[in-house]
Amino acid sequence: MTAPKSSSWLVVFGVFLIGFLSIWQLATLGAKGSSLPGPLAVARSSWEFLSDPFYDRGPNDKGIGLLTLYSLVRLTIGFSAGTLVAVLLGVVLGHNPVLYKGLNPFIQILKAISPIAWMPLLLYSVQDSGITALLVVFMASIWPTLANTAFGVANIRRDYLNVANILQMNWPTKLLKVILPAAAPTIVAGLRISIGSSWVAIVPAEALLGSLGLGYFIWNEWNNLSIANVIFAILVIGCVGVILDLLFNQAAKSMAYSE
Amino acid sequence: MGRGKLLEVEKVSKYFPASGNGVRHCVFENLSLHVREKEFLSVLGHSGCGKSTLLNIIAGIEKADGGFVFLDRKEIDGPGIDRMVVFQNFALMPWMSVANNIKLAVRAAYPHWSREQVRGRVQQFIEMVGLKGADDKKPSALSGGMKQRVGLARAFAVNPRILLLDEPFAQIDALTRGVIQNELVRMWQETGITVFMVTHDVDEAILLSDRILLMSPGPGAEIREEIEIHIPRPRTRETVIDHPAYYETRNRIIRFLNRHTH
Repeated sequence: MTAPKSSSWLVVFGVFLIGFLSIWQLATLGAKGSSLPGPLAVARSSWEFLSDPFYDRGPNDKGIGLLTLYSLVRLTIGFSAGTLVAVLLGVVLGHNPVLYKGLNPFIQILKAISPIAWMPLLLYSVQDSGITALLVVFMASIWPTLANTAFGVANIRRDYLNVANILQMNWPTKLLKVILPAAAPTIVAGLRISIGSSWVAIVPAEALLGSLGLGYFIWNEWNNLSIANVIFAILVIGCVGVILDLLFNQAAKSMAYSE
Repeated sequence: MGRGKLLEVEKVSKYFPASGNGVRHCVFENLSLHVREKEFLSVLGHSGCGKSTLLNIIAGIEKADGGFVFLDRKEIDGPGIDRMVVFQNFALMPWMSVANNIKLAVRAAYPHWSREQVRGRVQQFIEMVGLKGADDKKPSALSGGMKQRVGLARAFAVNPRILLLDEPFAQIDALTRGVIQNELVRMWQETGITVFMVTHDVDEAILLSDRILLMSPGPGAEIREEIEIHIPRPRTRETVIDHPAYYETRNRIIRFLNRHTH
């Protein structure tokens, strides 16, 4: 078998994209009474949104850029807090096999629960939709990072820790100079999963809680029966998700080391 | 030699828990030795005889099950920068450049130094091992020999009371090994740092050591013989081989090793 040319995938991508758009356009063209918009209608409404992304005409009418920013700020705050807790707890668990084994069943159960499932409980407890939305992101971001950090720290090569101990490093130095960089590739792999699941969780959280952002926008447009706008929002959510994933992929590459 | 004892190992024992029946497997029992000030001492024995375990106990990264280790007449308890180790597999931080690996150690040894002082010391030892220009390389970009040069630079740069070498040249190809052995001798003489080395390489031990302790294989390993090497310094591989005492010493060691196989 000859090696595929590096650009071959682009052809496949193009064929599928054009095929998909054509079928979609044809399907919506045929049914006159249907309210499902075709790709051209979606492109038109997309163009409207994208040509003025940052306008602000009151709480129910904001530009798509502004809404994306709201979601991203919420994501950043919840994700940062979740990451901080997950990494610190992960380091502790990674260092203490007994604690790790004892707490692992809890982690496994908590990991299996959709962050959205926590929402009623959280809303009832904190009585604030804004904070609840942040907590949902927090819950979504914590588990993969925690599991990966604990695994990464537990599997750091004994030699590196021996060197740190011989050099009599204090704890903060040892953490920052040896433990975290040694476990960094595994931790970042966890962060990449975490940012993905946080982004997945943020849309329903915003929709249900009415917190300004892409999720809220999508629900609002559904209530207005603006299906073209709903489809546009779906595309934006997907694109942002891809960009976030690429960023963390890049981070993973920069943290990787070979022995 | 009238020099004082720098390191004393007194009746140190180490056991590994055996599987199942609870009988402990004895690595060594009541093992004693000492290293004199400025001496180059080697412990020579078969692979797996427990000599690395002994070194790890002196370094403080493994705990003994009995006995004491004294450095400068003070009992050691845990690892310390006064007993810097050069590892067989180098143990460099792979995410750090050559310079940063050495800097990490210098910072730890001299926490109150300014940036300039630290940088100066790092440069000095990079040059001392002939790695000038490789400062920014990662260990993965270096050959085994170059990696161990970094290991030696890191170890000498912290100016330990005693340097512990754990088969430092075992993973380096034979041609490079000779060159780095010569560099080690030069650094040892320039700095006057006491060295404790474990090795299974007979010629390496004769070339480098003032004194060699022969260790029988475990379980229940013992230090059976002590050999003073009187070949004058500076030594090179050639002058050592040409010295009349060389073959006698070498044969004595080989006979010992053959007598005490597993």
